[in-house]
Amino acid sequence: MENDIKIAVVHGSEEVNLEVPNNMGLNLMEFLKANDYEQIEGTCGGMALCASCHVRVLEVSPALDEQSDDEYAILETLPVVYDNSRLSCQIKLNTNLKSIKILIPE
Amino acid sequence: MIETDIAIIGAGPVGLFAIFETGLLKLRCHLVDYLPQAGGQLSEIYPKKPIYDIPGYPTVGAQELVDNLLKQAEPFKPGFTLGERIETLTKNGEKDFTLTTHLGTTIHAKVVVIAGGLGCFEPRKPEVINLDKFENGKGIAYMVLDPEKYRNKKVVLAGGGDSALDWAIFLSNVASEVTLVHRSESFRAAPHSVNTALKLAEEGKITVLLNSNLQEAFGNDHLTGVSVLNTKTNEVHTIEADNLIPLFGLSPKLGPIGNWGLNIDKNAIEVNTDDYSTNIPGIYAIGDINTYKNKLKLILCGFHEAALMAHSAYKYMNPEVKYTMKYTTVSGVSAF
Repeated sequence: MENDIKIAVVHGSEEVNLEVPNNMGLNLMEFLKANDYEQIEGTCGGMALCASCHVRVLEVSPALDEQSDDEYAILETLPVVYDNSRLSCQIKLNTNLKSIKILIPE
Repeated sequence: MIETDIAIIGAGPVGLFAIFETGLLKLRCHLVDYLPQAGGQLSEIYPKKPIYDIPGYPTVGAQELVDNLLKQAEPFKPGFTLGERIETLTKNGEKDFTLTTHLGTTIHAKVVVIAGGLGCFEPRKPEVINLDKFENGKGIAYMVLDPEKYRNKKVVLAGGGDSALDWAIFLSNVASEVTLVHRSESFRAAPHSVNTALKLAEEGKITVLLNSNLQEAFGNDHLTGVSVLNTKTNEVHTIEADNLIPLFGLSPKLGPIGNWGLNIDKNAIEVNTDDYSTNIPGIYAIGDINTYKNKLKLILCGFHEAALMAHSAYKYMNPEVKYTMKYTTVSGVSAF
């Protein structure tokens, strides 16, 4: 569908291809939780306050907005982060996004 | 041993309101929480955030709500054991439970209420060789419960968030040496904390190691040092340390609750919505930790569950007494 966002989720050795409409007002953390990825906890509910929805963005089209200071500051509290680390709660599944491939860290 | 009517596991908003609801029925509560303060994730994660869906409050700050709940509970003189996690829960018989924390504190209760939210907020641990060897009083701790323990000690802190900076600043007046190890080139914590820490570093009161990762912990029976890798130069050097405090935030885990024979579905405790009782008579689960059809993880739902639990718990403890529901508008609140 034209209004769907393609989401590829890599977790362990598995890669799952999913789609979601771009008009549901969801963020990626909510979408991953709804798809039963238990590693994504989203403890703070999506306020970029807890870093329990950390993912690595492998591919994305078009490019995501820069991290906000809040997101950066919270990612800084994790023991391990990567250049492509993001909080999935801060990735909005709206018309600005066409496709994204993410990895859920172990 | 602590004796109480009701042991409440979890001192978040729902656990705190349960003190009030059970207090109206003249039942005494003792609360246990792994976090060092009451308030659960409201105090730990988002104290300054506004909450908009508490009935009667168009908006209320998270910490303000916790403070109000503590004040509301005050007449019923609750007991608190903070910074400890319940490891074992044993049912000795009807109305007879024994709970033991990881530090050995024992609580004897007639009823147990699990209001554990998303579970125990456990510290995130960095990958450091021998980290687990020095836990439990041998030099490595993941939260600061008693700063005096670090008086005149050589302390290494790791992390780049507010808590790592704030404790480095605080302990600079307590410990003999403070070293802060941070992975990145700079800090993104609260600017005031960053400036204070960097000023202390300039004055030689703390040592800040940037672009650095902990590698290994050393010692025999107790920690004596850590090695640190500089990720820019790839040099490894060793720092003498009596204590290491990695501060990388907290992550909720169901923890020992999963071992107590309760029916669990996806990290939540199944309950009967008549009274939020679990499959074990005398144990209730309220708030975000429970699950049932159409469950909503909202504070206001947890408050409702606390009220129904309180009346059921009273009946469980006093099966022979016929209780008539009383309203606070009529009877007021009688303090203990």
